[in-house]
Amino acid sequence: MAKMIERPDTSGAQPENDFSAQEKTWENASAKGKRRAGAGSGAVDRTISDLPLKTIYGPQDVELDLARDLSWPSIYPYTRGIHPNMYRDRLWTMRQFAGFGNAKQTNERYHFLLSHGQHGLSVAFDMPTLMGFDSDAPQARGEVGKCGVAIDSLADMDTLFDGIDMGDITTSMTINGPACIALALYVAAAEKKGTPRAQLGGTVQADILKEYIAQKEWIFPPRPHMRLIVDMIRFCRDEMPRWNTISISGYHIREAGSTAAQELAFTLADGFAYVEACVAAGMDVDSFAPRLSFFFNSHIDFFEEICKFRAARRIWARHMRDRYGAKDARSLQMRFHTQTAGCSATAQQPENNIVRVAYEALAAVLGGTQSLHTNSMDEVLALPSEKAAEIALRTQQVLAYETNVTNVVDPLGGSYFIEALTNELERQAEDYFKRIEEYGGVIEAIEAGFFQREIADASYRYQRSLETKDRILVGVNAFEKPEERQDIELLRIGVEMEREQARSVADVRRNRDQAAAQSALERLRKACADPNDNVMPHLIDCVKAYLTEGEIVEAMAAVYGRYTEKVAF
Amino acid sequence: MARPLRIVIAKAGLDGHDRGAKVIARALRDAGMEVIYTGLFQAPEQIVQTAIQEDADGIGLSILSGAHMTLFPLIVEQLKAQNAQDIVFFGGGTIPPEDAEELKRIGVREIFTPGAPLANIISFVQRECGNRRELVG
Repeated sequence: MAKMIERPDTSGAQPENDFSAQEKTWENASAKGKRRAGAGSGAVDRTISDLPLKTIYGPQDVELDLARDLSWPSIYPYTRGIHPNMYRDRLWTMRQFAGFGNAKQTNERYHFLLSHGQHGLSVAFDMPTLMGFDSDAPQARGEVGKCGVAIDSLADMDTLFDGIDMGDITTSMTINGPACIALALYVAAAEKKGTPRAQLGGTVQADILKEYIAQKEWIFPPRPHMRLIVDMIRFCRDEMPRWNTISISGYHIREAGSTAAQELAFTLADGFAYVEACVAAGMDVDSFAPRLSFFFNSHIDFFEEICKFRAARRIWARHMRDRYGAKDARSLQMRFHTQTAGCSATAQQPENNIVRVAYEALAAVLGGTQSLHTNSMDEVLALPSEKAAEIALRTQQVLAYETNVTNVVDPLGGSYFIEALTNELERQAEDYFKRIEEYGGVIEAIEAGFFQREIADASYRYQRSLETKDRILVGVNAFEKPEERQDIELLRIGVEMEREQARSVADVRRNRDQAAAQSALERLRKACADPNDNVMPHLIDCVKAYLTEGEIVEAMAAVYGRYTEKVAF
Repeated sequence: MARPLRIVIAKAGLDGHDRGAKVIARALRDAGMEVIYTGLFQAPEQIVQTAIQEDADGIGLSILSGAHMTLFPLIVEQLKAQNAQDIVFFGGGTIPPEDAEELKRIGVREIFTPGAPLANIISFVQRECGNRRELVG
């Protein structure tokens, strides 16, 4: 195997020109320095994910075949990036996740963000919408419009995109359990404005596997949910060629407390599971794989994150080519969105989060992300205020236009450390793939509680390390401000909003053509029970007949049942 | 020897963020308490029922979805309705300071926000639930 960097043959050279002799001299100096620093120097010799770190990396630490492992940007295995000139070709998309209150309030925020230079929209839905309940359901009490926008029916979707050209922008919708309904609503709203579905660009998250693993916003059990995803991917393949059918997400796995290696491994394992489900349903891998996309977390351990992104591209390319026989280059190229780590933010001294976000954003860009959300400093306390949301967007603009990091592709590639850590993360991911395989696959491992246990263990280890101050969190377990008073302005959603939204969904139910609604719902029920039908066209009919999300979910749950998790901690 | 303190750790409403609840549950267990974790999506009525049936000394509620001003008061009401106000009710999550003050005013014993040291939470529970045990027996 060719190594990237051969040690120079320096036998017979003068000591000052002898690499090995220099190494020996350094080792002595390093040992002396470490003795002097002693314990309590504050140095942490493991990454935030517990990977051991050496003081320095050299050629002996990297086993790398240039063509096999590194290659060039836009060339397999894409370790260095998927575009030939990366950000010189195309800057990442600045896509700030936003949504709160009702559709009208969120629509105003979208106009604000677009007028301040944001490129695409990203819809945050409230909890009832994410869980398939209407705003007037008893389960929705206290939750309406709180951590996202309340969308009950096509009437709300129309308002959400009022004055926005849906054929011109791209939209990302973070919703999973009812993803197929959200997509149906988006299509229906666009068609009402005269934009054909084939012209729509964007993403619906739709990654249900990570819901069972980490985020816990499920509706139906895993197997029928997988069928819905396959239906959606097939529908988009045939009718929405610009739409990214699924955003396979590590973000929430990481937020739930996983390590970087777990985020990497579990996310890619989910991706492979979707590929296998579609192939098993008779689809050619190259007919749908180019529209799969990913979504990762960018946490605070700077280099580990960069290596995670690089490893992710390489693993995806290798498995897609060698395991699934994909031939289209676009099937092998991993495209991903990144969001800075919500869980790295602190409620204490919240302005410090601006700094954390900036480092995390830099890691995402050095790792080659295609789009980016930077968190607002106040998200650990409430939904972002307009001021905080603006600073977050400006953070990206400074990075993009002032720092010059966009001009050189994969600038850290070839660093002994970066390559060694990229290799190590790939190795750990491959180990996890084997363990998941031993369970029989992702769904079986979910049912056995494997992922949930691994993540809970990691998050507890991390919390312990903060308790013991093995890790320092500024403002939390060190450099605290006693008697801290928070005087940042927070966004609040009033209770009257919930009552208003509940009234408005009741109006929608009352004022529609009831016969048309019932007939659409009946056809949907039949399609759900018939594995050879595709639910998507029926869902579009349902939302056009002004059936509400809650009614549609209820009808589907009557066929599929509802998921309940075995409880463990 | 007295039986260990028994604590119900609960998730209410539609909020799926269970990282904090699970960490607290483990930390209390490691500190020698008996912990019952309710799992996700529990109604306030169910949570109070569980605490009474299990003869719990305390209820810890975790909410990160913004619904805290609805769900905490519902549990306070239930505790009153069941004449179970001796059960120490505390909680945590993404809760702004003014809301935390308001919740404490209506009877929530303590609110912990992200970054609260586990040691503080453990010593709070030991102290308050220990007092409750002495009073109730």
